[in-house]
Amino acid sequence: MFWTVTLSLLEGFMTTLELFALTLLFAIPLGLIIAFGSMSKFMPLKWLSKTVVWIIRGTPLMLQLIVVFYGPELIGGWFGELGIDNPIFNWLAGMKGLDRFPSVLLAFVINYACYFSEIYRGGIESIPKGQLEACQVLGMTKSQAFFRVVLLQVVKRIVPPMGNEIITLVKDTSLARTIAVYEIIWNAQKFIKNGGLLWPLIYAGAFYLIFNGLLTIIFAKLEKKMDYFKA
Amino acid sequence: MAILEVNELKKSFGKNEVLKGISLSLDEGQVMSIIGSSGSGKTTLLRCINFLETADSGKILVDVDVIFDGEDHSKHKAKETREKQLKIGLVFQQFNLFPQYNVFDNVTLAVKLKAKEREDYKANKKQILKEINEKAHKILCDMGLSDKIDSYPWQLSGGQQQRVAIARALALEPKILFFDEPTSALDPELTIEVLKVIKSLKTMGRTMVVVTHEMEFARNVSDKVIFMADGVIEEEGTPEEVFDNPSSPKTSAFLSKSFE
Repeated sequence: MFWTVTLSLLEGFMTTLELFALTLLFAIPLGLIIAFGSMSKFMPLKWLSKTVVWIIRGTPLMLQLIVVFYGPELIGGWFGELGIDNPIFNWLAGMKGLDRFPSVLLAFVINYACYFSEIYRGGIESIPKGQLEACQVLGMTKSQAFFRVVLLQVVKRIVPPMGNEIITLVKDTSLARTIAVYEIIWNAQKFIKNGGLLWPLIYAGAFYLIFNGLLTIIFAKLEKKMDYFKA
Repeated sequence: MAILEVNELKKSFGKNEVLKGISLSLDEGQVMSIIGSSGSGKTTLLRCINFLETADSGKILVDVDVIFDGEDHSKHKAKETREKQLKIGLVFQQFNLFPQYNVFDNVTLAVKLKAKEREDYKANKKQILKEINEKAHKILCDMGLSDKIDSYPWQLSGGQQQRVAIARALALEPKILFFDEPTSALDPELTIEVLKVIKSLKTMGRTMVVVTHEMEFARNVSDKVIFMADGVIEEEGTPEEVFDNPSSPKTSAFLSKSFE
């Protein structure tokens, strides 16, 4: 039985890791774009970014999963009922949602990008103005100033809060089961339903714990790597 | 032959007019000190000349080349401004060194980025970088920092940091070097150390403009002293004229307070 459970949990954990890794891959750069949006001097863009961040941070991730997964088809249904024959309406009426995994991934990427964007913004805004002024009087372009001077200082400052968010992400992936993505908790719960076994759920906890332990070590290493300068 | 000319420079922040028409000129190889109490507009003047603020009107010429003209500054192209910016260097009160780079990289970073824009960069890369490195070594030696080139800013004293900042500005070969209260963040001993460096730059023929609260320094080193009050140049002249025979009562009042 132990091996059956282990195999099942491992299989679920692969889905968990896949969701985790892909979310990071897309949310880390997307967060930077949203951060620049929120700091933009162009008001409509700033307003848009702030509103998106407000909505995404202000509602439960679980709800966002459901909206992304069921939303398009639901909206399509409404347009279908209107019965207007027009290419745009027909297209809207024919809308099908994404598959389960891509839906979850999309919701996670948007959600985490918003949280990351606020961490980035805090980091960028905490860099003393004098750094940029020094770059300017030394004749650097704005992008040189950002990538050569500001960025690494920002990274150093945001590693601890990013570590927090990333560890939260590992655990948040368990929400994917809401729309029947078979990640590790789903698989563990199967044993409760089918055989009344509770221990696989505790066992699943150990997977998270070990993986987050690894992440903690990586973040500590990263912090140490940037210990050579103070900023 | 004036290397720096400022004509009727004006700047307001909202309703607060900080510079009410500043005109001055400076010859090559001369040192000018700008003194005055806080809020007199001396730092704003420096920041306008260095493009950290955009003046509302007036003209700035460096080496007879117009680097700022209030009449048509609105459409300044970023690249043009950068080119013009390089004619002048600025040393900050708070040093503003780049913390993640060691002393040598702090000095060479901007020069190397600039060199990449040269047309012959790819062909002569090795030679160009070698020249930049050699020059940086020489400047750091002149600043008495040859044993610190691998140190990071946090490992240095305030005086050493400020000398690195001066070296960093010099590496770009500006025609004029500006100092914004370069010793205000330093202890008295470290102040002396930095002022010595500025003095030595004068003997090397550097043209410099120093905003300072160090009256003794202004008197001993400057060729020209400007006293600013309420956004105007209240008094200007040689150090003897301004310090020993001030004509404006405001100058006398300021000086008597400063030497108390």
